[in-house]
Amino acid sequence: MAGEAAPGAAEAEASRKAVDPDFEPEIIVFACHYCAYAAADLAGSMRLQYPSNTRMIKLPCTGKLEVIHLLRAIEAGADGVYAAGCLEGECHYLKGNLWARKRVDHVKVLLAELGIEPERVEMFNMSSAMGAKFAEVATEFTQRIKELGPNPVKREGVSPHAAAREALGGVAMPDEAESAAAAAVEEGHAE
Amino acid sequence: MITAERKPFDEIIELVGDKKKILVAGCDTCVAICLTGGEKEAEILASELRIKAEQEGRAVEVEHTAAIRQCEWEYLDMIADKVEAADVVLSMACGIGIQSLAEKFAPKLVMPAVNTNMLGMPQEHAVWLERCVACGECRIGLTGGICPVVRCSKSLMNGPCGGSHDGLCEVTGPDKEEIECAWALIWERLKAQGREELMFADRPPKDWSKSSSGGPRKMVREEAKPV
Repeated sequence: MAGEAAPGAAEAEASRKAVDPDFEPEIIVFACHYCAYAAADLAGSMRLQYPSNTRMIKLPCTGKLEVIHLLRAIEAGADGVYAAGCLEGECHYLKGNLWARKRVDHVKVLLAELGIEPERVEMFNMSSAMGAKFAEVATEFTQRIKELGPNPVKREGVSPHAAAREALGGVAMPDEAESAAAAAVEEGHAE
Repeated sequence: MITAERKPFDEIIELVGDKKKILVAGCDTCVAICLTGGEKEAEILASELRIKAEQEGRAVEVEHTAAIRQCEWEYLDMIADKVEAADVVLSMACGIGIQSLAEKFAPKLVMPAVNTNMLGMPQEHAVWLERCVACGECRIGLTGGICPVVRCSKSLMNGPCGGSHDGLCEVTGPDKEEIECAWALIWERLKAQGREELMFADRPPKDWSKSSSGGPRKMVREEAKPV
């Protein structure tokens, strides 16, 4: 039986797309302020290594994420998009992360009807204390997208991060670094 | 409210054909409330159409808009510029809205992006149940406020058939879900109201010429017409 299993595995391996070593996917992460964003901070403090392909957008809760926000990121050429919310049952707003999961699942259906791999969007859950989980998710998702290859609708000169932020409008929270810079400008400390 | 469901994406693509300037026109009344064709859903469909075109290397312009009510001339004026600029309009309104749009901007190509399916009641968030077929002669005053035309699988007007068992209909819904027997519900409601005798009352036949089988209907309120 072992002899039969081997060709099957080889077939599965062969059917997987060859990974282009030069392909660096652009991944948008919609991160909840209360958990994943803090987990990313922690991952940084812990000096954990993870791919630099992810660009984060902070939200007050993943429950603010709507179908169009995920779709806009894909439309603007993001190779992968994921939402990172609190552990199920631990949402600061009770059910925001459960709503987010439903919306991510719906986007998967929409992508499938467009002939785009639904695996390009995902929902992950983590607590603010899970810095290692944040790094692990970023690493695994980046690898997943590398295997899928580039988003077929990739366009030159269009920033998925900017498009997603624009779609979110006032829902997206400013990055800490951005806020600090803005505050400095306001106080006249900026050069 | 009027409820509708979005058509399968492939069918929408077929309806749009090779047109280059597409306007997805939502309606912010009934179809927005049933989460099918409001501005939000119009924006999602527009984004999908752009992604599809990009994938296939076709240069198309897809915009979205929404009328407050697509079934009224005045509100259509508010989206006229966008409609005029489009090669094809994909309307996400109910059949009334789609036809109003098509009539006002004729011969503009207006295509339906949704299937209008019923006059439904939101039983809970994201669940709608059919409650009226606009038959033109309401009899629910005799049936405890429960409509046998729409809720009885056979639209029987004079009590249950032999297929009623333990309050359930012998027919099941499209997803094999149980359907409550309308006449069992009516009986229980009349009992609760102390009006059981209505079950045995003589009822004249319903005038079906007032329903859609009597041709397209028209309502005129002379006293409300502008002077």
